Amino acid sequence: MIPELGHFALLAALAVALIQALVPMLGVWRREPRWMDVGASAAQGQFVLVLLAYLCLTWAFVERDWSVVYVAANSHSQLPLMYRISAVWGAHEGSMLLWMLMLTGWAAAVSVFSRSLPRDVRAQALAVLGFLSVGFLLFILLTSNPFDRHFPVPEDGRDLNPLLQDPGLVFHPPLLYMGYVGFSVAFAFAITALLSGRLDTAWARWTRPWTTAAWLCLTLGITLGSWWAYHELGWGGWWFWDPVENASFMPWLVGTALIHSLAVTEKRGLLKSWTVLLAIVAFALSLLGTFLVRSGVLVSVHAFATDPARGVFILSFLAVVLGIAFCLYAWRAPRFASEGELQLLSREGLLLLNNVFLVIAAAAVLIGTLYPLVVDAFKLGKISVGPPYFNAVFLPLTAPLAFLIGLASVVGWKQARGRDVLRRVRWPLAVALLAGLSLPWLLQRRFELIAAAGAFLALWTMVMACEEPWRRWRARRAAGLAQIPRAIWGMSLAHFGLGLWVLGVTFVSLYSIERDVRLGPGQGVELLGYRFALQKVEPYAGPNYDADRATVEVSRDGVRVAELQPEKRLYRAQRSVMTEASVDHNPLRDLYVALAEPLGGGEWALRIYVKPMMRLVWLGGVLMAVGGGLAASDRRYRLARAAVQRAAATDGVPA
Amino acid sequence: MRLPRHAWAILPVAVLLGLVVLFAVGLRHDPRLVPSPLIGKPAPAFELRQLGTQTIHRRDDLLGRPVLVNFFASWCAACRDEHPLLMELSRRGVEIIGMDYKDTDADGERWLRLHGNPYRTVLADPEGRAGLDWGVYGVPETYVLDAQGIIVYKQIGPLDAQTWRDTIAPLLAAVPAQGR
Repeated sequence: MIPELGHFALLAALAVALIQALVPMLGVWRREPRWMDVGASAAQGQFVLVLLAYLCLTWAFVERDWSVVYVAANSHSQLPLMYRISAVWGAHEGSMLLWMLMLTGWAAAVSVFSRSLPRDVRAQALAVLGFLSVGFLLFILLTSNPFDRHFPVPEDGRDLNPLLQDPGLVFHPPLLYMGYVGFSVAFAFAITALLSGRLDTAWARWTRPWTTAAWLCLTLGITLGSWWAYHELGWGGWWFWDPVENASFMPWLVGTALIHSLAVTEKRGLLKSWTVLLAIVAFALSLLGTFLVRSGVLVSVHAFATDPARGVFILSFLAVVLGIAFCLYAWRAPRFASEGELQLLSREGLLLLNNVFLVIAAAAVLIGTLYPLVVDAFKLGKISVGPPYFNAVFLPLTAPLAFLIGLASVVGWKQARGRDVLRRVRWPLAVALLAGLSLPWLLQRRFELIAAAGAFLALWTMVMACEEPWRRWRARRAAGLAQIPRAIWGMSLAHFGLGLWVLGVTFVSLYSIERDVRLGPGQGVELLGYRFALQKVEPYAGPNYDADRATVEVSRDGVRVAELQPEKRLYRAQRSVMTEASVDHNPLRDLYVALAEPLGGGEWALRIYVKPMMRLVWLGGVLMAVGGGLAASDRRYRLARAAVQRAAATDGVPA
Repeated sequence: MRLPRHAWAILPVAVLLGLVVLFAVGLRHDPRLVPSPLIGKPAPAFELRQLGTQTIHRRDDLLGRPVLVNFFASWCAACRDEHPLLMELSRRGVEIIGMDYKDTDADGERWLRLHGNPYRTVLADPEGRAGLDWGVYGVPETYVLDAQGIIVYKQIGPLDAQTWRDTIAPLLAAVPAQGR
């Protein structure tokens, strides 16, 4: 019964989505305010219906309803409750439902938080989101219904892919989807601007917090994905340039560009058509990501079951949505006039430059991801682009970007004077240079030029991120700090996070040490001053797997540092073997031990890594997201809302 | 000819159009549906070192019994997905030849040591030359060869138990295993 209820809720949601897409649009056309207002209640109703469907599927998982095909394929009676709940999005059908839940969630949020917007803008934005909902609901109902039943009912489920049985998976896809789908709001606002022909600084101010919120979710999602890969794929890599990773990274790059060009549009009324284009492209890349993952055009790690019908559907949907969007753009964008001149040595000039780098980087990733497809489609032979391409292309693009970020806070809007800028950067520059040059030697006792360059860029970014708070502190002490708006704190924190990220990437790439060793109980090996001693290997039974669990004691100069327990697991239902690495970490280094093969005679092959500053890579990502959160909650967005609510309250008084 | 002043605004539509055409072609070429042009043809010749040694192996070494040729790499995360199945198959006596694609010997050997080695023989294809000749699209890919060295099936992406059971095992059962 419950699965049928879920199916029915989805059908009802489709009907509501149609209303949400059509009625407000007609209302704008006919200037009928009551029709326009339908959008908000439709968006909220649709959210409730999709949530109901989602809960029904969760219930089927929790109650182990093997008569539902999707549940039987992705769960098992011995699967722990946490993974039964997260298994809902462990494969294609359920993750599309999660995607849908996010989309309606964002639309409902827009309907609640955008009361301050002009009525027609809000109506059109919600109609665009409704249109997207229609597409995705049709996709779920026609090609990937998670509520399908089968008969005879199997005795037990086939179990969730063991790779996905990790705490990281519990949060990674939801956050990633929040980000992906969140760009639909910026997209809806962009379409609204194109439809109405109005694009002013107010528009940029409405769009900014939504874009930042989506971006921060995407940032967290990618960071968590990288952390998950590190722990679960078992051999210490944290980024693989896999097509699906790229699919999430491209919208991130363009989204980052969008956040910055929105700032220019809001403050200076410049780059309008560029901003609108970025808003469309950010969402286009999210859709493209979905297409690439779901259609099977590209083969990758995240091998979701692929089905050509799904590919054709998403491709058609993508063509329709983006075709309309870009045609509108071609028609309307030339009308958006800039409200001033752009000087290169000004904050907006540098931001434009930053945009150029980010977009080129995204294009480079796109080309690398699609190149095999292009070559194949035109029968030029087959080829694959591996990590070497991406690393070679990406590094030269990010280095100038990091340098530009440092300049951002000291170069003023409109026009800056070179002399002033130089005066304000000379001390930070000296500090960053000195510390950057000495850091590789101080921490690793081995100097490498690239490490010094990376450390310099990282420190430069971090020092300059503190520049503005520092300046205000010098001027007015605590009062100065208290007056800093959250947007500035957010920017400083995010830039500081990026600096940490650069530092982490530099050191972990250049100074990681790995060793394969053969150890028996009681034997040990020395690596970078750490002694890894294998104490014992014992059998261990988990809820749905059997494991060999080793105990490795790590000590330094005779002092015990950590006890690690890597495992080799055999999952009973799928008979698949997984390596569970064990990691001890602090900000300066990770100690990572993975259990490989038994070699007989009680000896085991072990893989040991010492990875300096690995945590900074993720800490940087988290700080960027926190910075985004601060910026999105800035007072001026809330003020605008409060002002309108006051106005609405006075309007409401009957005459 | 002078372009109109706002020609740039049409650029995004043009790019989109190009991409959609590309994807449409890509979808028709769905590698899992359209059989490789090499199916039914002899496997391309190669001359590759055994991983970690200087011993040369050639195509003719694969003749005389059906084999699976599996292209993998240490940097390929999807290869982890199919790895347990390969281990299981090798335990059941299926001969699998590993092609370590675009990889260094050290990384390939380490990967095999960490996860287990399902391969009877592992050949190194560091520059992906053999991969190019075989039409490897991305790793993992698995080719099923009969005793005459004819490619009878190609799996793109990770091998799964269902494909093995429904498609490959019957194929192997059908080909006469000469020289056993």
